[in-house]
Amino acid sequence: MYKTRPLTIVLFILPALTIFLMYMLIPIPLSAFYSLFQWDGITDMVFIGLKNWRELLNDSIFLNSVLNNFKLVFLSIITQIPIALLLAIFIYKKSRINNLLRTVYFLPQLFSSVAISVLWRYLYDPFFGLINEVLVKTGIIDMPIDFLGSEVLALYATSLAISWRFIPFYMILFIAAINGIPNELYEAARVDGANKFQTFFLITLPMLRSTIINAIVLVLVGSLKYFDIVYVLTEGGPNHASELMATYMYKMSFTRLKMGYGSAVAFALFLIAFSLSLLFLNLTRSYSAKKGD
Amino acid sequence: MKDIASNISGKTVVFILAFIWFLITAYPLFFMFVTGFKTNMEFFDSIWSFPGQLNINNYVKVFETGFHRYYLNSLLVSVLAVLIIIIAGSMASYAISRLKFCLSKAVFSLFLAGMMIPIHITLIPIYKMTQSMGLYDNLFGLIGPYVAFNLPTSIFILTGFMKDIPVEMEEAAFMDGANTFQIFTRVIFPLTKPAISTIAIYNFLMLWNEFVYALILLSSQKNWNLTMGLWNFQGEFGVNIPLIMAALFLSILPLMILYVFLQENIIKGMMAGAIKG
Repeated sequence: MYKTRPLTIVLFILPALTIFLMYMLIPIPLSAFYSLFQWDGITDMVFIGLKNWRELLNDSIFLNSVLNNFKLVFLSIITQIPIALLLAIFIYKKSRINNLLRTVYFLPQLFSSVAISVLWRYLYDPFFGLINEVLVKTGIIDMPIDFLGSEVLALYATSLAISWRFIPFYMILFIAAINGIPNELYEAARVDGANKFQTFFLITLPMLRSTIINAIVLVLVGSLKYFDIVYVLTEGGPNHASELMATYMYKMSFTRLKMGYGSAVAFALFLIAFSLSLLFLNLTRSYSAKKGD
Repeated sequence: MKDIASNISGKTVVFILAFIWFLITAYPLFFMFVTGFKTNMEFFDSIWSFPGQLNINNYVKVFETGFHRYYLNSLLVSVLAVLIIIIAGSMASYAISRLKFCLSKAVFSLFLAGMMIPIHITLIPIYKMTQSMGLYDNLFGLIGPYVAFNLPTSIFILTGFMKDIPVEMEEAAFMDGANTFQIFTRVIFPLTKPAISTIAIYNFLMLWNEFVYALILLSSQKNWNLTMGLWNFQGEFGVNIPLIMAALFLSILPLMILYVFLQENIIKGMMAGAIKG
């Protein structure tokens, strides 16, 4: 075995590590530090101790945004995972029509969240939107609904747009997993006379268990720090009805220029998202370790 | 007989549901494409109708607002950042996976933890840092955060791949008198090409579509990337829906073309990011 001088090793790691420390790790303690100041980003910073944090814990808009984040986690899991799984089961077999469907299904995953939001804003338009047009023409509703302008519906409406974008991603994940299930299992089931539903519930679903759990963790982690589509579609409105931690942090810091307070929101978001990610990743890891894979 | 009947109806149900999802995905995109060719009058008349004639006025108007600039800006910043990610990422991965040293596990875990850091915790510090470096409202100011945020996933993929390269290859090169740097550039890097093309595609798509950093670090129109350009375009021309649809179509066109040629690679590249989180 050949030897490398320590200096060489350092030189190989240094470029990546420097950029990573500068732009990702150091900002974390720095944000905690900034959260102790009153600061508009332009004039001098004024030290105010824990005042921002006390305010934050009594800020009903922030607390509501945390709740909205958890609602988004829940909505995303119950829409994205089942629909993605269903689509994967429909088209996992290789055939010309299935390949075509897969190609088209995957398209939303390709576009920027800004493009998706702009598209969905017009799909939801109360006057010229496709969704209202379809719902009114089919008689499901009498009058067009302003989905994004409604305090009751805005969060659900944005979560649908998010699902539209991410379902293809999980679908592909499930297709790969289904195709990885050994064929012998299905042959054995056929020999034993199992019907399609039995095969699905007794073979496919149990074999997909760890993939499904992984997908749920990914949705959870992603939804806790979600920003783009909600910001472009509703800016967290109307009246904070679809406000998330991330949209609130952005608006506080960069629109209202309360950067000290914004740092406190950012750090709270970090604590919640990072610790829950760590917790769930460890849970799934110990789960798969127990299973031995 | 009964069995065949239930089988056929089962297949029909599956087909109908699959077709409904096809419509849910494809019709909005088709609507966008068709509407871009309509005049405002035609659109207000009926949102379902086809344009009376193929008028490209909307598309011309979109370009007149400077859309081509956004393409170039996005292309420049994405390509540069991807190149840096590939070079810095593969060097670090080489050291972590092949040149075993006492801290290699710790460094690797540090990068892995980076995959769980939410972008918003970095916004204010990066905004401030970029300003003090004089890179605010400068396209190159995006490169640092772009590289940093995509290094963890890339290093994860690259180290996984490099671990499986047989050690004999390196030793043979070492016997021939190659130094560590030469072993990296002539043996390891070429052998890692499949993984490198995967992370290149994945990172390019992520950065081409990036929005948040562009939102806080760019202010003047000449520096906007494509997502900023589109977002502001919508703000400015919000009521002219056919015009917006033309801009929207133009914004997704490059990736659509890329997808036609590189479909399998793109799907594979996007899924490689699935380990994220």
